[in-house]
Amino acid sequence: MNSSSGKSYMSTASSSVIWKAGGDVVADQFPAGLRVLVVDDDPTCLMILEKMLKACQYNVTKCNRAETALSMLRENRNGFDIVISDVHMPDMDGFKLLEHIGLEMDLPVIMMSADDGKNVVMKGVTHGACDYLIKPVRIEALKNIWQHVVRKRKNEWKDFEQSGSVEEGDRQPKQSEDADYSSSANEGNWKSSKRRKDDEDENDERDDTSTLKKPRVVWSVELHQQFVAAVNQLGIEKAVPKKILELMNVPGLTRENVASHLQKYRLYLRRLSGVSQHPSNLNNSFMNPQDATFGPLDLQALAATGQLPAQSLATLQAAGLGRSTAKSGIPMPLVDQRNIFSFENPKLRFGEAQQHVNNNKQMNLLHGIPTTMEPKQLSGLHHTAQSMGNMNMPVLSHGSQSSQNNPLLMQMAQPQARGQMLNDSTVGLAPRLLSPMGQPMLSNGMATNVSTRNGVPENIRAPSYNPVSQTSSMLNFPMNHTSELPGNSFPLVSTPGISSLAPKVAFQEDVNSEIKGSVGFMPSYDIFNDLNQHKPQNWELQNVGMMFNTSQHSNSLQGNLDHTQSVLVQQGFSTGQNRNSTVISKAMFSAGDSTGHVNAQNGNQHLNSLFVDNTVRVKSERVADAAPANLYPDHFGQEDLMSALLKQQDVIAPAENNDFDFDGYSIDNIPV
Amino acid sequence: MESKHVHEQIAAMRQSFFNEEVLNKNFSQLEQLEGKDNPNFVEEVFTMYLRDSIAFLETIEEAMKTIPIDSIKVDSILHQLKGSSASVGANKVLKEVNKTRQVLGKGNLERTKASILELRKEYDSFKAKLEPYFQLKQANSMAQEK
Repeated sequence: MNSSSGKSYMSTASSSVIWKAGGDVVADQFPAGLRVLVVDDDPTCLMILEKMLKACQYNVTKCNRAETALSMLRENRNGFDIVISDVHMPDMDGFKLLEHIGLEMDLPVIMMSADDGKNVVMKGVTHGACDYLIKPVRIEALKNIWQHVVRKRKNEWKDFEQSGSVEEGDRQPKQSEDADYSSSANEGNWKSSKRRKDDEDENDERDDTSTLKKPRVVWSVELHQQFVAAVNQLGIEKAVPKKILELMNVPGLTRENVASHLQKYRLYLRRLSGVSQHPSNLNNSFMNPQDATFGPLDLQALAATGQLPAQSLATLQAAGLGRSTAKSGIPMPLVDQRNIFSFENPKLRFGEAQQHVNNNKQMNLLHGIPTTMEPKQLSGLHHTAQSMGNMNMPVLSHGSQSSQNNPLLMQMAQPQARGQMLNDSTVGLAPRLLSPMGQPMLSNGMATNVSTRNGVPENIRAPSYNPVSQTSSMLNFPMNHTSELPGNSFPLVSTPGISSLAPKVAFQEDVNSEIKGSVGFMPSYDIFNDLNQHKPQNWELQNVGMMFNTSQHSNSLQGNLDHTQSVLVQQGFSTGQNRNSTVISKAMFSAGDSTGHVNAQNGNQHLNSLFVDNTVRVKSERVADAAPANLYPDHFGQEDLMSALLKQQDVIAPAENNDFDFDGYSIDNIPV
Repeated sequence: MESKHVHEQIAAMRQSFFNEEVLNKNFSQLEQLEGKDNPNFVEEVFTMYLRDSIAFLETIEEAMKTIPIDSIKVDSILHQLKGSSASVGANKVLKEVNKTRQVLGKGNLERTKASILELRKEYDSFKAKLEPYFQLKQANSMAQEK
């Protein structure tokens, strides 16, 4: 990594360095000498490509195995400017390689294949490829690949500029960040950065002074873990590059490095939660909070606060989630995930989660304490984040469209808004669920688990349940210890992170409103009863809980992320008594796909489906009861919802069945 | 042989390939890549292609004998063959590959087998045409060097 202020172009190739300050690329050399790494298992194609690239005057390195390519890149992070890779390779899927590169090295990657089907091209887009070439590749197509290198740098530069470079003293850091986040979150696409790039004029002017070419930072696993830890600590919502940078305290790391990485991370999370517009995909994006033990954050807190009738939540969740998991229907995958979310609880399965949640030391029962994800979680998140980063974008989009979760997801998309809400709401919990991660997760688990976080450990399920989220909002509550919920006011952990999760976060917002209405699910929430006031909030929280990201296993990244991404169930329950503001916990979905609390269980898919289903259900239930006031009535409506859910999920036996530790809340018991 | 004569012969051969659509424009692209520093680039590529393709085909043929047929594997190999054939400009071979993939996708075993046979035939024919061409070219350039 170049610790240099970024002004120096890291690339070693002098020719490629020719970046004019003014932004005009020195024509004399560039793009000649562009260092290209081409990966293709077919020797004939490889030979031809090498020849073509050489004819373009590029500096070519060829490689016939993805693993080799990856290790080459790792050993020499700044040794290449761009990578061209085949999709179809025996040892590693091209998209997986793409994700790795995107997260670890942040190099532009071009995919190529003999396939020109729309789906596969779309996959390239969602995985973060900057271009997609169809074989047979023509030399004309290769002549312009340098544009991707330039574009990327400009974007980074712009990031730097926008977010307030360190040099500039971080002017408008927060706003920009937020804007960036929101935009990325909302748009869920790294493309936004490309759009920013459009302001070339701006960049050009700055090129002179600022480093056009920022030193390429190598995001090693450790560094990424630190990053994820910082993000989790700050909370998705509050995770702005500047603060992350401070937390990470890595010498030589610039704010812009962090900013661009954060963007990727969000994309990744998003992607994990809902990359493929299919509901199932959503699951993937959910980060399995396995590693990301967001810990007790939200759920615990929620539980502690006793806001949410854990049981009811659990029940609901179970119901909703139940599908996914064998257990009483509670999409317990989360439970397993325990690791993922510190909460483990919330997202995790209800029954199980609860226990875990409770037991989870990690869970930071945020009784009002912003739960920071435990390092474990963070690391988990890291991974997921990475992958998610890239993917995040898709998630968002998916979220909105995908499965039912959409409602949730959409909500998630507005992490920021939610964040705010959450912040407000999360009185104590302040679950900062891995914000970064949270996003992806939320979308998935939105419904489900979020709520749990707030102290309803039981509902931890959230993470993976998106569908559930809807209903789960309640569910997510780590209901596990209903008893634990002291303060009723579950601060729906509106982990700031959630906002970043955008895709998921968006969910929150919607969820909040919805939760209110739909929150009714929490029929059995003791908390609910106790907290009349909280109710509205609780609901919110619940919604938040939904944000669990059912880590999507499927995603290739998932594999990596599994640990890290653990559900960022950020239940931003704002137990705040009057937190109407969406508590929607920022169920940080741990991107960790694998860990997928939720996903893990079901194998990801389940959760997703669960979530999806849940959300669907929830939605119907909610019926626009956005108004908190409605909540109450609604939550009685919860019963309906619950029943609806229950119906849907055979598994979800009335709260009792599950492993929930609920105090025997059963849907039937919904205290109205 | 008079080089001029051979030249003409080579040119004629080449043209016939295009006329018959044995080769397509990608082949021309490869030719353009050839230069002084690597005059035999195209031939090298083709040598590699022919060698790899035959291996692919043989693997496919073997796979078709197993029961049940691992169609995913077969399709995967066909996919690879598609990429390389397209890159070198082996037009007819490419078409056969595509056809075979389609039939395989539909699940008709018999038709797939038949299609693979066709593919093999096309490949053999392709090889039979191109090899003499390159040999001639090679001989010619050597003759010219003398």
